[in-house]
Amino acid sequence: MTFRGYKIPIAFSVLVWCLVWEVVGRLGLISLIPPFTEVLGAMPEVMGSASFAEAATITFQAYGIGMALSLTIGIGVGILMGRVRAIGELMGMWVNIFESSPLTAVVPALIALLGFGLSTMIVTVFVFSVWVIALDTQVGVERVSPSLVEMGRSFGASKRDLYLKILFFAALPELLAGIRLGLIRGLKGVIIGQLLIAVVGMGYLFELYSRSFLMADFWALLIVVFAFAFLASEAVAYFERKVSYYATAR
Amino acid sequence: MTDTPRNQHQEGELVTGQEEPAVRVVDVMMDFAGGVRALEDVSFALPKGELTSIIGPSGCGKTTTLKIIAGLIQPTSGEVLVDGSPVQGPGPDRAMVFQDFALMPWATVLRNAAFGLELRGVPRKEREATAREYIAKMNLTGFEDSYPHQLSGGMRQRVGLARALAVDADILLMDEPFASVDEQIRRKFQEDLLELLSGEYKTVVFVTHSIEEAVYVSDLVVIMSRGPGRVSNVVRPGIDREGGSDRIRRSPEYLDWVERIWVELRDYLEK
Repeated sequence: MTFRGYKIPIAFSVLVWCLVWEVVGRLGLISLIPPFTEVLGAMPEVMGSASFAEAATITFQAYGIGMALSLTIGIGVGILMGRVRAIGELMGMWVNIFESSPLTAVVPALIALLGFGLSTMIVTVFVFSVWVIALDTQVGVERVSPSLVEMGRSFGASKRDLYLKILFFAALPELLAGIRLGLIRGLKGVIIGQLLIAVVGMGYLFELYSRSFLMADFWALLIVVFAFAFLASEAVAYFERKVSYYATAR
Repeated sequence: MTDTPRNQHQEGELVTGQEEPAVRVVDVMMDFAGGVRALEDVSFALPKGELTSIIGPSGCGKTTTLKIIAGLIQPTSGEVLVDGSPVQGPGPDRAMVFQDFALMPWATVLRNAAFGLELRGVPRKEREATAREYIAKMNLTGFEDSYPHQLSGGMRQRVGLARALAVDADILLMDEPFASVDEQIRRKFQEDLLELLSGEYKTVVFVTHSIEEAVYVSDLVVIMSRGPGRVSNVVRPGIDREGGSDRIRRSPEYLDWVERIWVELRDYLEK
């Protein structure tokens, strides 16, 4: 962002919006929005509470297992879809449909099927994140230059070497984009799942805070979740930038 | 066209001394999916230790022919014999140089140059020592830790060449290796290539669409025509390479051959 020729750091924009929030909060126009400083003040209390620790534990557990599943299966299926034409054609349509469908709708069915526990949350994370990972992996693999594969084959690469030493790295720019999007969708999945289950994890806390009208606590928790999502996505984006130079040079 | 070429051969019946050719392409036919015939009755032989160019208009199947020799594509019928035994797939006796260099952008020059050896399971120290040796021969010393995108097109192709030479295959397959390189650098390259190969006893197949390049670098020229791709003629320019490139490029012998091949190709283009 530049203003009259001066380069303005991004932090400045954050600061401006925090200020706007503070003013709106202080004016007391909307009861849902307490002043920003009050939200910040609630943060240590929220994060220090036993219920937060409990919620964080179960959330990370569900998120971790769900993401591990969807990364393994998503990347595996994506590679197959990109390499084997028949599989690409067989799965392509379905993966695309699920990728763009409102999956929140299936969560109640999952609850009915799997109950109010960890397994429902894990499956929610999985169904939210696996499709975009599979699709981006497929695109990445399909974009690998055919001559790079021929190079590997002509120098006697085994199937394993071809996948691990050439295809995986060559597909990395798209693969990482898929992982980044998948991580964010998975996080949405775990929170939405918990909100619908309503008795566990962060979802329970959000539910509790908003029902009891503890808006400062509510916003504080939201900021914590946002910050986590931002950091996770930035961490992947860091690696993405590292490989971006060869996205065009393959 | 005053005299007929000394060794003009059809259908690959090529005899150079008593030696068995390094590669023999026998009645190769290639149909692509959809019934398009890419190659028909392609036969020729590559004498050991010589540089053979395959030349022809685009779409004549010269690159397909090269890939069949490399074992990357299976012909619909016919076969390729390397040292008398039929090709089943890629093998350590053949190394390839690619038109688009086919370097791994995430790997350094050193790793790229050593990659052929890496795939063969040669220990790191050993393969890197060999790669360094060829990097030096390619005048790329100092760039071992650079990445391909930091190099010019010409330098990238020299890395590709180093990789192919490092595996020490008897047969070097080059698919329009200089096509993606500036014309000025191209000439320098052709000279470098000849100099480099003069020290090694390699059989080289060189696909090109440049007549000048074919005549300048090769001992033997396989001329292909298209629709479907066939071998229309095999000629042996046999240019005397003594006396440097400037003399060669101005010699009537060289210019004669360029003209002769051009006339032949033109006839096919007009048909």
